[in-house]
Amino acid sequence: MKLFSFKGGVHPPEMKELAEDSPIRKAEIPKNLTVPLVQHIGVPCKATVEVGQQVREGQVIGETQAFVTAPVHAPVSGKVKKIENVLHPLGIKAPAVLLEVGEGEEKEYMEPLGDDPAKLDSKQMLERVQQAGIVGMGGATFPAHVKFAPPKEKKIDTFIINGCECEPYLTADYRVMIEWGDDVLLGAQMISKILGVERTIVGIEENKPEAIENLRQLTGNVGGEVQVVETKYPQGAEKMLIKALLGREVPSGGLPMDVGVVVSNVGTAVAVCEAVRDGKPLIERVVTVTGNGVGKPGNFLARIGTSVQSLVDQAGGTVGTVGKLIMGGPMMGLAQSSFDTPVIKGTSGILIMQEQGEMHETHLPCIKCSFCVQACPVYLIPSRLSIIAEAQNWKKAEEFGVNDCIECGCCNYVCPSKRPIVQFIKTTKMKLRKLKAMEK
Amino acid sequence: MGEEAQALILSTSPHAKSTDSVRKIMGIVNLMLLPAVAFSIYQFGLYVLAMYAVSIATCLATEYLVVRWRKRPFSLNDGSALVTALLLVMVLPPRFPLYGVILGAVVAIVIGKQIFGGIGYNIFNPALIGRAFLAAAYPVWITSWITPRIGVDGISMTDAVSTATPLAQMKFDGVVAAAADLFLGFIGGSIGETSALLLLIGAIYLIVKKYIKWRIPLSIFLTVAVLGGIFHLINPARFPNPLFHLFAGGLMIGALYMATDMVTSPITKKGCVYFGIGIGLLVIVIRLFGGLSEGAMYAILFMNALVPLINRATKPRIFGTGAGE
Repeated sequence: MKLFSFKGGVHPPEMKELAEDSPIRKAEIPKNLTVPLVQHIGVPCKATVEVGQQVREGQVIGETQAFVTAPVHAPVSGKVKKIENVLHPLGIKAPAVLLEVGEGEEKEYMEPLGDDPAKLDSKQMLERVQQAGIVGMGGATFPAHVKFAPPKEKKIDTFIINGCECEPYLTADYRVMIEWGDDVLLGAQMISKILGVERTIVGIEENKPEAIENLRQLTGNVGGEVQVVETKYPQGAEKMLIKALLGREVPSGGLPMDVGVVVSNVGTAVAVCEAVRDGKPLIERVVTVTGNGVGKPGNFLARIGTSVQSLVDQAGGTVGTVGKLIMGGPMMGLAQSSFDTPVIKGTSGILIMQEQGEMHETHLPCIKCSFCVQACPVYLIPSRLSIIAEAQNWKKAEEFGVNDCIECGCCNYVCPSKRPIVQFIKTTKMKLRKLKAMEK
Repeated sequence: MGEEAQALILSTSPHAKSTDSVRKIMGIVNLMLLPAVAFSIYQFGLYVLAMYAVSIATCLATEYLVVRWRKRPFSLNDGSALVTALLLVMVLPPRFPLYGVILGAVVAIVIGKQIFGGIGYNIFNPALIGRAFLAAAYPVWITSWITPRIGVDGISMTDAVSTATPLAQMKFDGVVAAAADLFLGFIGGSIGETSALLLLIGAIYLIVKKYIKWRIPLSIFLTVAVLGGIFHLINPARFPNPLFHLFAGGLMIGALYMATDMVTSPITKKGCVYFGIGIGLLVIVIRLFGGLSEGAMYAILFMNALVPLINRATKPRIFGTGAGE
C-alpha cells in the first residue's frame, strides 16, 4: 500500500529505541518550581500573585486581557518565593514565578463539564480551552483557543490529530497514544465539535505500529479515522501532514485554516480532554528525557516548571561529557545553556548529547551538491539562500522565499559542507522583520 | 553542575547531521575512479603512472600554495584537488610530455578553480579547463595516440605504436570500431576514457550513493543515442551507429564524471535534464559536423557556462504558491 507522504524530507536515524519502551512515569516534583509567565506565542502574561502568597494547584498565577495569549496556572500548591527574570528555554531572560512546593494537597481546578461530546456545548468547551491555558504542545505553543476559533469566512472541514512525532529520539507522543489513547480520541472529538468538522483524522507515522493498532481499535468504538503516513522527517510539520493526508497545500504565508484544516498535537488533545472532563488546567505534560548523554532514558509526566536538572537526575543522571543539552528534538530543538532551565508547555523532550568532534566543525563553501534542494519540503533552494544570507543580501533572500522556510533543518542535515543554513535563514528572517518594522 | 553548564555547546538546530561530508564524497569519487586508473596504467604502461604522479603532486602543491596565499583554512584535505588531478590525466593522450602535465595541472587548479574562489565557486570543470588549455597550447601532442597493450584482436602489441582514436578514424578515415572493443577498452584513446565498463561500474555506485546526479548522464546518453541513431538511419555510410557514439572517446568519462561534477552542474532535477540534453546535442554536432574529432570536452565546458541560467530558469515552485495552492 502506498503511504501518504510529501515530497522532499529526510530520514535521519530514528533513535526512538532509547525511550520508546519506557512507560510514562510520574516525575517527582522538586522542591522548587520555576514557572515562566511566557509559555506561548502571543502577549506575555502578568503575574496575578504576589511574593509570599500561598497558591493552590491549578490556581491562575499569570494572565492578561489580550486575545492571543494563554493563562499560566500554579502546577503545585505552595508559596510564591520570587517573581523575577529567569533563563527561558528560548534563550532569553523572561519573567517567571518561583514556587516553593508546600505540603497541602488542595487543588483549585475548574468545574468539570462532562465527558460526552454529544452533550457538551461548543462555546463552553472553547472557553474552557482558553481558561485552561492550553497551547499547541507539539512545540509551537500557539494558544489553542485562537486556533479553534478561526474567523467565520474560513470554513473548516477537517481536524487532524498529529501523531507523527517525526523528530528523532522523541517518544512522548508515542507513549501517550499507547497509554492514553482514550483521552486522545475524546479530546479529538471535543475539538472536532468545537470546530464543527465532519472529518477527524489521526495521522501516525508508519514506524509506530503499536500506536496505530491501539488507536485503530479505539476509533472503532468512537469514530474518527487513523491514517498511516510515511516515516519521514518532517512529516509532522503541519503543512507537510496536510499535504500528505489531503493533498492540499497551505498557501505561502498562510495557515492551515486557509485550506479548511486545523491540526493539533496528540498532547494538546489530551490537555483539552482533561480540561473539559476534569476541569484540570494545563499544568503538566509528558517529556521524553533521552540521548546518549543520559543514563536511563524515559518518558516523564512532569509538572510545568520542573528544572531540566531534576528530570535528568530521575533519568539516571548524565553520562560522559555533555556536549549539548537540547529542548525538543535534534532537528528543531533549542540548545540550552543551563540545566536550570524549566520545562514549559511546549517542551516535548530533553535531549542530551555527548560531546562529539563534529560539534566543533567549521563549515565549507557550498559545493552545489543539491542535496538540500531535493530535501527541502517547501521547495526552496536552501543552498542559494544560505549564500545570499551569508552575503547579508536580505532583500534578495526575500525574493528566494526565505519567509516560506519552516526551519525544519532538512537542508542543514544533509549538507556535506556542514553549512549552518538554518542559522543563516533565521538571522535573515529576523533582519527582515526589523527592516519591516523600521519602514513602518 | 556549574562547570558542565559552562561547557554546553550552543548552536542553532538541527543538532543531527548526516554522515556525508565533502571529504567523504570526494574520497569515494576518487576511489571509484581507481579501477579505470589502474586499467589505464596496465594498458598504456608505466609512463602513465608517472603522469598520474606528476599530476597529483602538481595539483596538491598548487592548491596548497594558493590556499595558503589566500589565507583560507580549508580545501587542502577535502580531496577535490585529487579528483582534478586524476581526471586531468585520464583525458590526456598516453604519451603526453610530463612538463605539459605540470602546466595543465597548474592551469586546472589556478584558472579552473582557485581564481573563482576555490572549491564550490568555480564555474567550469577544473580538469577540463586544464585539458582545454593543453589542447590549445599543444595541438599536436594532444592528438598523438598510441595503441594500447591489448589490441583489438587480443594480441599484445609492442608499446608506443602510433595510432588514431576511433573517433578520428571515424571522422577522417570512415572506419568504425566494434562496440564491444570500445566498451571494454581495447582501443586507442585518452588514458582513462577507453574502458567504458570500468567507468560505468564506479559511476553506478556513485549514483546509488546519490553522489552524482543521475539525470545528467542519462539525458546525455539518451540524447546522443537518439540523435546519433537518427543520423545513422539517414546515412549509415557516413554516420556511425549510436553505440559507437556512446562508448567512443570522452563521452563516457565526460558524462559520468565531469558533467556530473557537483559544483559545475545544475542544482535542480529539471535543470540536470536540460543540461544533459544540451551536452548530448553539442557532442553530436561537434563530432559529426565540427572540425574536431572529439566533442565531449567543449560540450561540457559550454554547458557549464549556462548552469547559472539553467538554475534560474528551473527554479522550483515554492510550496503553497502557484499551481499547487
